[in-house]
Amino acid sequence: MPMTEKNGQKIWQVRTTNAQLIRWAAWLVGLAVFLFSWKEISDNTLWFMMDNVGEVVADIAGRATPPRWSFITELGKPIWDTLAIATLGTIFALVMAVPVAFLAARNTTPSRLIVRPFALLIIVSTRSVNSLIWALLLVSIVGPGVLAGLIAISIRSIGFCAKLLYEAIEEINVVQVEAIKATGASPMQVMVYGIVPQIMPAFAGIAVFRWDINIRESTVLGLVGAGGIGLALQSSLNVLAWPKVSLILLVILVAVVIGEWVSAKVRGAII
Amino acid sequence: MLELQGLTKVYNTGDKALSDVTLTIPDGQVVALIGPSGAGKSTLIRCINRLVQPTSGSAIIDGVNITALGPTGLRKARRKMGMIFQEYALVERLTVMENVLSGRLGYVGFWRSLFRKFPQSDVDEAYRLLDRVGLLEMADKRADALSGGQRQRVGICRALIQNPSLLLVDEPTASLDPKTSRQIMRLIVELCSERGLAAIINIHDVALAQMYVQRVVGLKLGVVVFDGLPTALTPEVLTDIYGEEDWEATIEKVDDEDEDEAV
Amino acid sequence: MSAALEAKLGRAWKKPPFISNPIFRWTLTIGTIAYIIVAFWGIDVNIDRIIRGWARGWEFIKAFAEPDFTSRWKDIYKGIYESIVMTVASTVVGIAISIPIALGAARNIAPLPVYLICRAIVAISRALNEIIVAIILVAILGFGPLAGFITLSFATIGFLAKLLAEDIENMNKVQAEAIKSTGASWSQWINFGVQPQVMPRLIGLSMYRLDINFRESAVLGLVGAGGIGGTLNTAFDRYEFDTVAAILIIIIVTVMFLEYLSGVIRARIQ
Repeated sequence: MPMTEKNGQKIWQVRTTNAQLIRWAAWLVGLAVFLFSWKEISDNTLWFMMDNVGEVVADIAGRATPPRWSFITELGKPIWDTLAIATLGTIFALVMAVPVAFLAARNTTPSRLIVRPFALLIIVSTRSVNSLIWALLLVSIVGPGVLAGLIAISIRSIGFCAKLLYEAIEEINVVQVEAIKATGASPMQVMVYGIVPQIMPAFAGIAVFRWDINIRESTVLGLVGAGGIGLALQSSLNVLAWPKVSLILLVILVAVVIGEWVSAKVRGAII
Repeated sequence: MLELQGLTKVYNTGDKALSDVTLTIPDGQVVALIGPSGAGKSTLIRCINRLVQPTSGSAIIDGVNITALGPTGLRKARRKMGMIFQEYALVERLTVMENVLSGRLGYVGFWRSLFRKFPQSDVDEAYRLLDRVGLLEMADKRADALSGGQRQRVGICRALIQNPSLLLVDEPTASLDPKTSRQIMRLIVELCSERGLAAIINIHDVALAQMYVQRVVGLKLGVVVFDGLPTALTPEVLTDIYGEEDWEATIEKVDDEDEDEAV
Repeated sequence: MSAALEAKLGRAWKKPPFISNPIFRWTLTIGTIAYIIVAFWGIDVNIDRIIRGWARGWEFIKAFAEPDFTSRWKDIYKGIYESIVMTVASTVVGIAISIPIALGAARNIAPLPVYLICRAIVAISRALNEIIVAIILVAILGFGPLAGFITLSFATIGFLAKLLAEDIENMNKVQAEAIKSTGASWSQWINFGVQPQVMPRLIGLSMYRLDINFRESAVLGLVGAGGIGGTLNTAFDRYEFDTVAAILIIIIVTVMFLEYLSGVIRARIQ
């Protein structure tokens, strides 16, 4: 236990003096970095514009209420598209994530030196880039519309699903796999009987979890032209049609809440 | 007949788990493999069906040298060796029936096994075995719903449905209570004699081994240091295998007649 | 041979289905398949456009082989710098606000009215997509990193306070009670009974959120809320795929670095 002597008396401390100093230094550096960051943001902000923030908020709120309820009839197709992007995108992503996960998991990869790094590269590059950026790219390749959004969501989800899935594969019980091997099963049979049943709960959980996230993400893809309700949001924003904007935001909120509720229910039923 | 000739295993870490093990086990003989933890008992069993790759030496079963086989030949050879595990090693999220039928995987094609379309003869045999071990009613339960003793019986069924000529048994009772341990040991030995199976049983419990087997092999630091009848296990021999300890109480004959209830 | 066995021999065996009620099972299966088919039908695929765009896609892939860091380096540098600044500031502020809200959103610590208010804040933060929040804030505050900073701080609250509150609710009761039984005050109790138990998780989650905030900061620029997204958007508009590739590589490498860092830190505190 660290002790220091002061006036001939031993004083107990949680940490040694050196450790204490390092801690203080770390806090100080952290604080300096934060203050510096804040100053940068502040320098790039026109603070005199903030004087009338209250008025601006009141003005927008006034224009946005009440929402134009009649507009809801035109939102059926966009919300259907949004749901389709999220659902089909999740399905495609899972189809592609499963092989990638098996190639990436240390215990199932055919080659640790060549195949595994490649699989990990797919995972990290697809999941580091936000689905909006993928959408931006795909709009310029396949043109604006639902297809671009669908592919963007699929690509973004591959890395996410494959990462969680390969972690689940690495955590399986090896002895159960050994037992299947010992019966003389072929490698494919070992996979189907020894590995797949063990990762099934994780797989189902990941699928529902990602579907929930994809609903949120697909609501905004339209901002860059990739289909769904975001498209309606963008066009209303462009013409500053605030009553429409507020209605769309409400619809998005409801969709997200329903999505979260459904996914929680399904997860509860599976696990 | 199983012949091990100069079987040696050195792990990548440099640990020599087995050195030059030579043994012959005739058909139908049940052998207990005893020895302290880390003596190489598990490695020996796993070298025979090559879940662990032996470094040198050979394992010959019915004239086939297992150590020289390619992947396809090895799978065929593994069908002839049923394995029973310490922690049961059932695939817990599959049903009891699927676990038993998985013993037939070496015999059926991939698509049949994927869609669980096993031949009727396999299904019948699975039911017969489950009935034999008293778990017929559990067939469609999930394996993780079973108790330890029940799971080990399913493990035994999975090994037997392979129609093996040799059983490799790795600490079958280590996770079980004393009474269940005895029942499981008795069941294994009975099934071996019913079917004329040879078996190698890794076991910690010397008294339990003496009760049921015909021959005991003692392993110490990967070397065979004893090979003989259970009755020849004297305190001196046990001291040689395990080290100094009072062994008199361990090898005292336990009366087994009092609990002959159904297994 | 027992009668039960005799009844089973010669009978086909089928794995018991996952959903035992056949009506429900079939409705669900057919419904799902039908939905997928109809949803597919609804996607307009403009083959012409795809064929025309394919060359562009190929150009994009080729651009990764020779990314152009130099010709727009000033814009890239400014964007990345702004992204990092926004990430750091919003993560710190987000964590600072999350902690009291997490305490309030843990049912085993907070009284009911506080609990409900804190849970409501968490729910609102989670339900609102970052991009939508950013759009609204840009409309109110104007373009620039301030909108992005507030957006990310707000999103951090929903994420961190929820997970932290769950962790507090799952903590070891006995340890906390032991501290309480010494006669400690509420703040002492939090400090000695609760904080040590949730600290490793708080650090782990904070690192993870730093990583997420950086990734999110890269898109906020698309709606004018500061960061590298603006530069990226411009590059896309000009079809400068080599600059796009350069920016994406920087983002990916930074994310990898942050993940590695958080892995090291998490390993050290556990």
